[in-house]
Amino acid sequence: MSAILVYAEHDHTELKSGTLSAIACARELGGDIDILVTGSGCADAARQAASIEGVRKVLLAEGEHLENHVAENVAPIIERLAGDYDYVLAAATTGGKNIMPRVAAKLDVQQISDISAVVSADTFVRPIYAGNAMATVQSTDATKLITVRATSFDAVEPGGGSAEVETIDAGTDAGLARFVGADLSASEGPELTTARIVVSGGRGVGSAENFQLIESLAGKMGAAVGASRAAVDAGYVPNDYQVGQTGKVVAPDLYMAVGISGAIQHMAGMKESRVIVAINKDPEAPIFEVADYGLVADLFEALPELDKALGG
Amino acid sequence: MKVLVPVKRVVDAYVKVRVKSDGSGVETNNIKMSMNPFDEIAVEQAVRLKEAGTATEIVAVTIGPQQAQEQLRTALAMGVDRAMHVEADAGVEPLAVAKILSAVCDQESPDLVLLGKQAIDDDSNQTGQMLAALRGWAQGTSISGLETGDGAVTVTREVDGGLERLELPLPAIATVDLRLNEPRYPKLPNIMKAKKKPIEQSTTADLGVDVTPHLKQVKVEEPPARAGGVKVSSVDELVDKLRNEAKVIQ
Repeated sequence: MSAILVYAEHDHTELKSGTLSAIACARELGGDIDILVTGSGCADAARQAASIEGVRKVLLAEGEHLENHVAENVAPIIERLAGDYDYVLAAATTGGKNIMPRVAAKLDVQQISDISAVVSADTFVRPIYAGNAMATVQSTDATKLITVRATSFDAVEPGGGSAEVETIDAGTDAGLARFVGADLSASEGPELTTARIVVSGGRGVGSAENFQLIESLAGKMGAAVGASRAAVDAGYVPNDYQVGQTGKVVAPDLYMAVGISGAIQHMAGMKESRVIVAINKDPEAPIFEVADYGLVADLFEALPELDKALGG
Repeated sequence: MKVLVPVKRVVDAYVKVRVKSDGSGVETNNIKMSMNPFDEIAVEQAVRLKEAGTATEIVAVTIGPQQAQEQLRTALAMGVDRAMHVEADAGVEPLAVAKILSAVCDQESPDLVLLGKQAIDDDSNQTGQMLAALRGWAQGTSISGLETGDGAVTVTREVDGGLERLELPLPAIATVDLRLNEPRYPKLPNIMKAKKKPIEQSTTADLGVDVTPHLKQVKVEEPPARAGGVKVSSVDELVDKLRNEAKVIQ
């Protein structure tokens, strides 16, 4: 039986959904699953991890130097533990992408990034060229370091388990990168990568003021707001709204693309959504090729109508 | 401050890639090749640091086949001072690239290494972090801001949910994201001058790095196609379909 370590990301209280997807991937690999929780004052997150069915053990490393998940301080802990495992997994989030290669290099392992499927114990599928091709790769490393594409694995539900939480040596401050501060968007709606519905606007929206139309519709639908790179580059919304190859990958039940033409780089970030709706006044827009429902219309007429139709 | 900028030759971002019918990879023959767009941003940032009087020398390095020298010429035309070519097959894995770059760091002793956050061909997003680990240096990944200070740089990182700022003592590694800057188009006289500049050449063997792959590429396939859907004629029809056919809204 193989042993799998999952590096957990959390907000000190709960695990992030990307981690729940990485645990789903671990279940698919099969084996004893341990979860590593690092941080400061994050016992609640560790308890939640312990409550997940099928988890053998939760390893908790706490210290002030781990509070902000600085890679230089977290990586040595994973590196120290990795020898006991066949797999070390993390979500392919900005956090996982930051930390895991740092561990891999120290272990002389060629990490496998952003896997979307498990073929066998040593063979995995991962998107390359922004998802325009899928590569199947086989690893020869004894310990496999993997980041997991969250949208390709259904997040596990916490509950049903009662693993032990073991406190482990938290190491010391590497004295390298120093956390200065963070500026996290205080968006009111659900988080973009985990929302059930996403409403995204593109260059067709025309201005930051007009983006209010997208926000209003999203509010009414309980949806997260996204954007194409063109809308971000035009300054309508901040970059963390960006869906696509260079932004976030989303796969909600419903993706509404409004005023988005459908550049390859945007579609790489949303084409795995269950249902895609496109509203665009250009009937030739490539977005219609992937849309389940396409409406050729001026968004400035369609959105208020849609708002009204959903209002009741 | 001496800056090292690694650059990679990749299929141009605007080319629609085609998977080879034998599943061995992606067609790269007779296809427009360019500098990885993220690396272009790294070069631009280094040149701006030099223009601001912060950087004293910029060295660009590429690892790849002979033709990758074209990308070094681009970097020279944009304003880097020296260019190095480490000859290797295309497809050297990120771990081996990081080892080669570490060997280059041994020779060049840069204060700052600026590189793209990922290459747009294999999308691995690993090389910078691996190099930082091998050197034991601080890392700032996916940066959209860079301020230089006394013996340190402060970077703004693009993270899920917003921005984060880190102070990195030098020497350090920073991987750059799209919004850091907009790269310049090299001017014609600079392109002409760049053609005549020397390129320092070496091989992976010279640098003592084993580039044997750890991963075996089994096959490369087209992604599953998404079946096109239907056009609806009105907002009411759309809402009806979403409620009663797709059942994704109440």
